[in-house]
Amino acid sequence: MNDIIVKLLWTLLGLFIVLNWGLLMGATMRKIVARVAHRYGIPFYQPWLDLIKLYSNRSSISHGVMFYLGPVFRLGGGLGIFLFLPLIYGSEHFSNFSWAGDLILILYFQFFGMLGMALGASDGGHPNSVIGITRGLGQFTTVEVPLTLAVISIALQYNTLSISEIVAAQQGGFQNWTLVTNPLATAAAMLSLLGLFREAPFNLVKAPNEVPIGPPTEYHSAFLGILRTNGALLHVVEAALFMNLFFGGATHWVEFIVKTFLVYFWSVFVGVVSPRFRIEQSVTWFLKIPLAIGILAVILYI
Amino acid sequence: MKEIIQDIKKRFNCTDEIEQSKTQTYITVKKELAIALITHLRDIEGFTHLVLLTAVDWIENNQFQLTYMLNNPTKKIDIGVRVFINRETATMDSAHHLWEQMATYQRELKEMFGIDFPGSPRLNEPFILEGWDNIPPYRRDFDTLKYAQETFFPREGRETNDPAEFMKKKMYPDEEK
Amino acid sequence: MSDNTKNIEEKKDKFLAEENKKRIVTGPDGVQFEVDPLQDYFCDKRPVAKDPKNKVIENFLNWARAESLWVLGFGTGCGNIEIPPLLTPRFDAFRYGIQMRPTPRQSSVLIISGYLAVKTLKRAIRSYEQMQNPKYVLALGSCTINGGMYYDSYNTINRLDYYLPVDVYVAGCMPRPEALLSGFNKLKERIKAGRAEGANDYANKFDWYKANQKKIIKDWNMPDYNW
Repeated sequence: MNDIIVKLLWTLLGLFIVLNWGLLMGATMRKIVARVAHRYGIPFYQPWLDLIKLYSNRSSISHGVMFYLGPVFRLGGGLGIFLFLPLIYGSEHFSNFSWAGDLILILYFQFFGMLGMALGASDGGHPNSVIGITRGLGQFTTVEVPLTLAVISIALQYNTLSISEIVAAQQGGFQNWTLVTNPLATAAAMLSLLGLFREAPFNLVKAPNEVPIGPPTEYHSAFLGILRTNGALLHVVEAALFMNLFFGGATHWVEFIVKTFLVYFWSVFVGVVSPRFRIEQSVTWFLKIPLAIGILAVILYI
Repeated sequence: MKEIIQDIKKRFNCTDEIEQSKTQTYITVKKELAIALITHLRDIEGFTHLVLLTAVDWIENNQFQLTYMLNNPTKKIDIGVRVFINRETATMDSAHHLWEQMATYQRELKEMFGIDFPGSPRLNEPFILEGWDNIPPYRRDFDTLKYAQETFFPREGRETNDPAEFMKKKMYPDEEK
Repeated sequence: MSDNTKNIEEKKDKFLAEENKKRIVTGPDGVQFEVDPLQDYFCDKRPVAKDPKNKVIENFLNWARAESLWVLGFGTGCGNIEIPPLLTPRFDAFRYGIQMRPTPRQSSVLIISGYLAVKTLKRAIRSYEQMQNPKYVLALGSCTINGGMYYDSYNTINRLDYYLPVDVYVAGCMPRPEALLSGFNKLKERIKAGRAEGANDYANKFDWYKANQKKIIKDWNMPDYNW
C-alpha cells in the first residue's frame, strides 16, 4: 500500500518535470520558428503566462456535459500515454506504471484524445465542427498506419510489446539503437511523426485561422487551458515514446531532455521550410512513401 | 466610336452627346428607350461589360439622372448611357436580365436614393443600412449633419479648421490676409 | 418603458431573418417539434459583474493577463491595415505577449480599428459580448474618438464609449503601428494597475449601454445578450 503511494508521488514529480519541460520546449520551438522569420519571438515564459491567464478567466460558457468532457478526454489521452511510458531507463522512480503490454496501450491512448474531441464537438454547436473533426480524424488515421506498421516491425524484431524491454535491448552503445538495427521502421515512424506533431506541412488541422478547425474554436478559458496543458504534455511524451523505441531511451534526465528536444526539433525543422498541405494531399502523402516503407519494414521481420 | 454614336442616335433618338475623350462618350436617352438601347449596345455593338450603374440627384430640376456605364472590351471603348427620370415617382425599368450584377446596383440605388426597379430580385433587402427608417440618405434633401448630431452622441469640443487657412496661419503668421 | 419594449418586440419580428423565425420542424423519425432559434442558439442571460476578491492574487493574475494579450482578429475599418504589420519582423508584437486569436471566446482584446458603421457596430457588439471576462477594448483612430472625418456621416458612429467600454484610445488618422504598440503598453499599465475592468463596467451599466446601442441599431433582431 505504501509502495504504491510512493510510486504515485514519484510519478507526479515526473509529470511536473515533463509538463514544465513541455511548456519550455514549446516556447523554444516557437522562438526557433520566429528566428527563422527574423523575429525575436515570444519570451520563453509566455506559455506559463497564457496558462495562468486561461485558468483565471472569470467566466466561461458550456454547452452541456460532453462539451466539458471533450478537453478532459483529451487530457486523459495525454496522461494515459504518460502513465504507461517509462521515462528514464533503469530508474526505479521514473519508470511510471509501464508493464508488459504498454506499447499497445499507448497506441490506443493516442487515438483516445481525438475521439474525445469528436464527442465534444457535437455539443459545441459550431456548424464547422464536423468538417474540422473529419479532417483531424482523417489525417490522424492515415498518420497512425505507418506508425503502427513500424511498431509491429520492432515488436517482431525484439519479440516483445514492453517498451522497457525494447529500451533494454538497445543499451550498450549507438550501434544497438533501432535507428541502426532497423532503419526502415525508424524511417516510417519518423515520417509519421511529422503528422503526429502536426507542424507544417501537416498543420492544417490546427491552423487557427482556417475557418473549420472545429472544436478548438469553441473552447476557451479553462477548457482551452486544459487543451494547452495536454498539448505541452503530449509533445514530450510522444517524443519520449519515439526516443524509447528508436533512439535507445534515456538513462538520466539530461539525456532525456536532449533526445526529446531533438525528436521534436525534427518536426519543427521540416515545418519551418515547408508550406502547408491540404488534407487530401497529406492523406495521400502518408499513404504512399511512409506506408510503403512501413510495409517493407514488417515484411523483413516476418 | 463615331459610327456607333451616329447609328444609335438615329435608331434611339439620343440627345446631348458629350465626348469626354477618344474612348469615352456619354449620351442621353429617353426612359422608355433606355433598356432597348442598352440591350442593343450589349448584343450588337459588343458592350458586354457593365462597369457601373449610378445615380445623381438633380433636386433643382426635380430629376434623378441614372448613368449606365458600358464597356466594349475588344474595342476598348466606354459609353455612358444617361437617363433622366422623375424625382417624385422615381421608377425605372429593371435591367437585371441583362447582367446579374445589375440587381445589386439596383438594390443599392433603391436603398440610397429610393429609386424603384419593379421586378428586380431581392430589391427590398437591406444592402448596407440595416433597418433604415428615414428618407434615403443620398437624396439631397436629407441633412446628414443634423441626422448624425441627433443620432450619434457627438463629442463636445470638436474644432474644425479649413486646411488652407489653418496652414497659412501656422506657416506664415505675419502675412496679411 | 413598456411601450418601448413593445416597440422593440415589434421591430424584432419585422426584421427577423427567415432562418431565425419560430417554426415547426419534422425530425428524421417523424416527430414534430418546435424550433425557436433565438432561444436555442443564443442566450438571454444578462452579463454578471464578477468582482476580484483577493487583492494580492488579483495583482498577480492581472500581471499575467497584461503580459498575455490575445487579440481578436476582427477588422472593422480602414485601420485594420495597421494590424498585420504588427506581426511582421519589423514590429514583432509577439515579444510583448500579443497574439492573434481567431475566435472571440478565446481572445481578451477587441481592437476597433477605425470608423465603425452601424452595420459593423452590430457585429462588433456581438463579438464583444462573446468574449470572456476580463476583456478589454482598444479603440484606434480619430473616428472612434469623435467621428473623425466621418463626423457628419449618416452611418458612422461618433464616439465608441457610448456603446462599448473603451480602455485605451489611440489617436491618429490612421495611427502607425508604433502608436498601436504604445497603445498596447498603455493598456498593460492599466491592467496591471487594476483599472481595466471594462467587462464589469459593461455588466453594471448594461441598461445604459443597451439603450444607446438600440437607439442606433434599428433592426435589433437578436437577443439582448448573446454569447
